Amino acid sequence: MATSASHRALGAALAVTVVAATATACAGAGGGIGPGDSSSINVLMVNNPQMLDIQKLTAEQFTQRTGIKVNYTVLPENDVRDKISQEFSSQAGQYDVATISNYEVPFYAKNEWLAPLDSHIAADPGFDQEDVLPSMRQSLTADDGHVYAEPFYGESSFLMYRKDVFQAKGLTMPENPTWQQVADLAAKVDGAQPGMRGICLRGQPGWGQLFAPLTTVVNTFGGTWFSKDWQAQVNSPEFKRATQFYVDLVRAHGEAGAPQAGFAECLNNMTQGKAAMWYDATSAAGLLEAPDSPVAGKLGFAQAPVDRTKSSGWLYTWAWGMQKASTKQDLAWKFISWASSKDYENLVGSKLGWSRIPDGKRSSTYRNPDYLKVTNAFAPQTERALTSADPRNPGVQPRPTVGIQFVDIPEFTELATRISQDVSAAIAGSSTVDEALDSGQERAARVAAKHKGGQ
Amino acid sequence: MTTKQAWRPWGVLAWFAGILFVLPVLWMVLTSLHSESDAATNPPSIAAKLTFQGYAEFFGATTGVSPWPPLLNSASASIGSTVLVLLLSVPAAYALSIKPVRKWSDVLFFFLSTKMLPVVAGILPIYLVAQYTGMLDNIWFLILLYTSMNLPIAVWLMRSFLAEVPKEMLEAAAIDGASLVTTLRKVVAPVAMPGIAATSLICFIFSWNELLFARVLTGVVAGTAPVFLTSFVTSQGLFLAKVCAAATVISLPVLVAGFTAQDKLVQGLSLGAVK
Repeated sequence: MATSASHRALGAALAVTVVAATATACAGAGGGIGPGDSSSINVLMVNNPQMLDIQKLTAEQFTQRTGIKVNYTVLPENDVRDKISQEFSSQAGQYDVATISNYEVPFYAKNEWLAPLDSHIAADPGFDQEDVLPSMRQSLTADDGHVYAEPFYGESSFLMYRKDVFQAKGLTMPENPTWQQVADLAAKVDGAQPGMRGICLRGQPGWGQLFAPLTTVVNTFGGTWFSKDWQAQVNSPEFKRATQFYVDLVRAHGEAGAPQAGFAECLNNMTQGKAAMWYDATSAAGLLEAPDSPVAGKLGFAQAPVDRTKSSGWLYTWAWGMQKASTKQDLAWKFISWASSKDYENLVGSKLGWSRIPDGKRSSTYRNPDYLKVTNAFAPQTERALTSADPRNPGVQPRPTVGIQFVDIPEFTELATRISQDVSAAIAGSSTVDEALDSGQERAARVAAKHKGGQ
Repeated sequence: MTTKQAWRPWGVLAWFAGILFVLPVLWMVLTSLHSESDAATNPPSIAAKLTFQGYAEFFGATTGVSPWPPLLNSASASIGSTVLVLLLSVPAAYALSIKPVRKWSDVLFFFLSTKMLPVVAGILPIYLVAQYTGMLDNIWFLILLYTSMNLPIAVWLMRSFLAEVPKEMLEAAAIDGASLVTTLRKVVAPVAMPGIAATSLICFIFSWNELLFARVLTGVVAGTAPVFLTSFVTSQGLFLAKVCAAATVISLPVLVAGFTAQDKLVQGLSLGAVK
């Protein structure tokens, strides 16, 4: 008995040693690999066309001039958000720069995950920070007054419509339409051509899908997610009226398959002549007016429709933020300064075409004759939408935090995504707006409770 | 597989089920050969013009990003971990079946219990361990993880394969005066070969396709092929054809490994020593 027990103990000890030895062997051998090059930086970015352009141009245009090698990791939007929050919250220091949006910047800055950029900006007059649109600067500046990110490109939202279809029907689109006017026009142009619906509006669940346009409608109808003192307002009469209006409009004159339609689906509908109007991101205009688009030249652009506010366009930007734990902040700034510069816009314009430049962030872009030659159909309206957006005061009442089409708290993505599933169901007809928003109110109240008093 | 057999009702059903399962794969290959705009139409355009543009994109035609580093990373992670798993699981299985240790069933249960915690529940501690030991974005860390992930399954599989080795053969070898090494090499190995092939195949497939750990723990240098595959997905613009092309290329090594191992499997089984 004793022998067998000692045998077993010996066996176990041996097994442990073998596993441990293997583990250390692996660790030892792997030590040499790693992004430790002193003249290279690592950039984590979202897979959008503008990012792929910079990836292509970097080696020839940036590395050759500065000697700084840039290693990119490209991921789709949801994955990149996960990865960035994981990387920045643990301050792992693997990435020096990441693309973050104006949604992340304020609370990332509050959590001290980002390096302030003020000193870099001050030391780099050629960057011309004053040229960056004021609404952009404001949305990338945290409550402490420091700048924490520089925009790569930005967008607002506006109304795109088929000028040719409106003309054929003898209709005119006001420059600043109200939502009621848009609903009336949608009824009139519905079916103007075979298979053409009156309007395309996002119905796909997601805080960044359905709730981006819908929250701007809520804002202008006088609603808000939260009051100044963190009271949830999701089932308030204004929020309900706005949502009911949106759902009714999509159900009556919206695109086929609306509960699944997001930005990409609406873009497809619009390109294929299956919608006469579309309220969405200003960045869609460039895609609709692209040389190979079948609807190029047939489009008109109006400001985001309103009800009780003067303007209601949203504000969104993908911007470069620097991780606080980065040990190469000077190199990282050199990269940011290049990527967000006027020169980079000119470079893309001359190399890849003016319709592809990362626009919507600098006022100089909208004075650039080369750019305006290609984009004059929508550039003035885009600039107006971008400058009239007010992220601190987007509705009729004071707000507890910044954000137009979102509320700038970490819980918002999950909260809005959950409620959007119910609103999407209301668009599909399997639920009602009242049900969706009443259960949404409970969720929102739980989130609000966390922030009450924490301000 | 004669024509007569195929026409039996069960044969028809089997064919139907088989086609049903292969159809999505064929659809993926077909989509990968379409242009982006044809791939995105609804209803789908089956008869659209074929093009290799998706494959060109995968190999970096427009972005200049080479797919080889991630493919090589995947190959080293999968092959490396499979070799380690075999080195550890075959002796373990031997000790649990042919010469079972005391309470071998408890040991087996212990191995299985390590699979009971959902992977996602361990991801945060593992990330922190990797961060503090400087092993983030390091392919060796993935090899280690995949090894430990697949080891329990491999031990279970190998044990059931080794349990098939008839006691009579081992006794016969002992009577002939064969040493342990000779017994292992000449008696156990040939019978266990199909089992080893099946186990390696499963370990290889599991590590080749693993996405969660790879996505969380790698970055610039150690990214594997599945992570690279997701990088084609974009929320602005069309990507179906590219992603399908990438998925097709990335599944090729698994298919090849599968066919190779299948060959070995059948061969091993038909060499059955007792019959």
